[in-house]
Amino acid sequence: MEPPLLSVHGLHKNFDETPILKGVSLDVEKGDLVSIIGPSGCGKSTFLRCMNFLEVPDAGRISIAGVTIDCHGLEDAPPKDLDSKAHELRQRVGMVFQQFNLFPHMTILENTMLAPVIGRNVPKEEARVRGLQLLDKVGLAAFASRYPSQMSGGQQQRAAIARALAMNPQVMLYDEPTSALDPELVAEVLAVMKQLDTEGMTQIIVTHEMRFARDASDYIVFMEAGHIVEISDEDEIFENPKDERTARFLGRFQ
Amino acid sequence: MRVPFARRVLSAGLAVFLVTGASLRADEKVLRWGADTDSNAPYGFYNSDNKLTGFEFDIIQALAAEMGRKPVFVQNSWDGLIAGLGRGMYDLVICGIEITPEKAGEVLFSNPYYVTFEQFVDRKGSPPIASLSQLSGKEIGTLDQTAALTMLEKTPGVTVRPYEQEVNAYQDVANGRIFGVLLDYPIAKYYAAPNPNLQFSGPPFGQITYGMAFAKGNTALQQEVNTALQSLIAKGTMRDILSRWGLWTPTIAGAFGQPEPPSLPDTEYKAFVASHAESATLWTRLQRYSSNWRLLLDATLLTLNVSIVGMCIAIGVGFTLAIMRVFGPWPLRWASTCFIEVVRGTPLLIQLYIIFYGLPNLGIIFGHPEFGIKLPPFWAGVIGLGLNYAAYEAENYRAGLMAIPKGQMEAARALGLTHSQGLRFVVIPQSFRLVLPPVTNDFISLLKDSSLVSMVTLIDLTGAYNRIATQTFDYFGTGLVIAAIYLLIGLPFVRLARWTEQRLAVDSRRPGQRPGMFNLQAPGKK
Repeated sequence: MEPPLLSVHGLHKNFDETPILKGVSLDVEKGDLVSIIGPSGCGKSTFLRCMNFLEVPDAGRISIAGVTIDCHGLEDAPPKDLDSKAHELRQRVGMVFQQFNLFPHMTILENTMLAPVIGRNVPKEEARVRGLQLLDKVGLAAFASRYPSQMSGGQQQRAAIARALAMNPQVMLYDEPTSALDPELVAEVLAVMKQLDTEGMTQIIVTHEMRFARDASDYIVFMEAGHIVEISDEDEIFENPKDERTARFLGRFQ
Repeated sequence: MRVPFARRVLSAGLAVFLVTGASLRADEKVLRWGADTDSNAPYGFYNSDNKLTGFEFDIIQALAAEMGRKPVFVQNSWDGLIAGLGRGMYDLVICGIEITPEKAGEVLFSNPYYVTFEQFVDRKGSPPIASLSQLSGKEIGTLDQTAALTMLEKTPGVTVRPYEQEVNAYQDVANGRIFGVLLDYPIAKYYAAPNPNLQFSGPPFGQITYGMAFAKGNTALQQEVNTALQSLIAKGTMRDILSRWGLWTPTIAGAFGQPEPPSLPDTEYKAFVASHAESATLWTRLQRYSSNWRLLLDATLLTLNVSIVGMCIAIGVGFTLAIMRVFGPWPLRWASTCFIEVVRGTPLLIQLYIIFYGLPNLGIIFGHPEFGIKLPPFWAGVIGLGLNYAAYEAENYRAGLMAIPKGQMEAARALGLTHSQGLRFVVIPQSFRLVLPPVTNDFISLLKDSSLVSMVTLIDLTGAYNRIATQTFDYFGTGLVIAAIYLLIGLPFVRLARWTEQRLAVDSRRPGQRPGMFNLQAPGKK
């Protein structure tokens, strides 16, 4: 059997002695769309950020598309090649932030071109063509020469997705991608993610959008207090949660 | 656009350096003499035609001719004249320096080339004085580092007011701010005698002998000069020179053993008095400023050159310091913080003095040692200004770097860029826009602070002010002209910065919003 595209095992992370992740493990198969839900402070965002080493885990092993980083005992002696390995791993992972984090001093086309041109020495013209393709895919071809501040939140987030896709990632991570958006702008962003799902992209989403999680996910991960409490089929978890804590959390959304 | 401009400025600076170096290299048959010629009539000064003249100037010309050397003049500020000998800026100093035992410990002196006395001057109508002790309880002006200052300090009850410029001292007597002024006779004769509101009072006080100063150990030159001087006295050349300047007094006649009247009429003295007696109408003043256009132009260019090169250093060093302080490991962070705090906590003038005079004392030699000069004044000034402003720039840039939201670097890293790529392409370009207004302000301040380089012997705009104002006694008008030039050269930079700022601000523009100076908000943050 083919190993899972993304595999996390025994992940621990403390912030100032406070444990945030207490041994989290998760396997994600190629093409899956996984939603991670849970109450505020449960560690779901930290979990996601650990996956591409924006946060360096204290312990655990992360393996994405053939790159494995073993963080066992990392706090004592971080391996010398951690930086280069994390760098290699990030090449395979795209990330989308709650606040978009577009580069405000560049047009959105330039935003999509920066990483390929600077990070991968892709010729500018090639990066431009690819950037325009991706902007077209997220419905922003007409906005290519706009600056982020000249666009709505939903448009900015779609541009951020195009920017992440420009590195041809094998996994996309979304950290509450719609939380900063006005309600009427949420749908356009979710539509892009659904489209990527149909194209076979592997996506992991930390979200509060329960309906989207239920409609679009292959399965849902429920986290609380640094643990994964339940991994379930998207209908199953809403209608028949196995864990009492999941039930309590979801009950608030009924 | 930016790079060639900077290169041009730097090469202009380099040209100054090379010219300075070249003129000093061929020093086999040269006699380099140092003096402060700002407001230094009748010793060495620029006359109203902006020509260097003075009785010491004439003596040096005659002396050099006697010695078969070519005289080369080196300007230095009065306070730095002796220090300049140590720096090897010139072979000798001739500037009305009195031979005293204390000074004889620091330098070698020639035989006296002039002997005179202190002359007391007070307001017309004051009762005559017979001795200095009568001045008890009065405020008396004089110049810094003079024999008169020492004499006054030894007189009980006298409040001594040391002045930088004799003109100001006599002006204050005429205006009633101080009671009188005690100064060397030649100064009194040239600056006080022509003034109808002032009078000479009392007998000659003390005896002062002027000698040329050489660096310690330079006995060869000392002997060469003494021989030539003796021959000039014997031939009557000294008597001729001093007569023309109206300085052939019984005192000097006795000292040279030539008890005879002046050999020539005092034409130079008459010319000096006549040129200063001209009534200064607005028209004559304007003519005077425009006749000084060459000096003003050179001074303006020097001020600009010093400011721009200084700012380039400030920006480069400041940027490095900021990066060290924000992203460096702790030793670099610590070093950068120390530098910034020390430089910001000490006066620029002291820093300039340390760089110009202090470092050579420690044996730290900049540039080629065979040039005989250590760190030319231009570079001392530029480096002093540059390092001082670097500390302020570093703090600007640090604030700019810190103002960029953390998410920007995270996004860059998540896209697979390295930390330094993220800095270079994402963080720094954004902070550039933020720091532009404070950096412009700093440049304007630097332009004004560059006036301090006149202290390290450069004739910048402030140096030009000193020369013109003290030559013509027109402090108000000259001040206005110089201030206007500072203002005029500062304005284009203000405009340039505003224009650049607006151009760069295009990305933060929202409908109905002016491009904001302090728009630190990250996009999307509501």
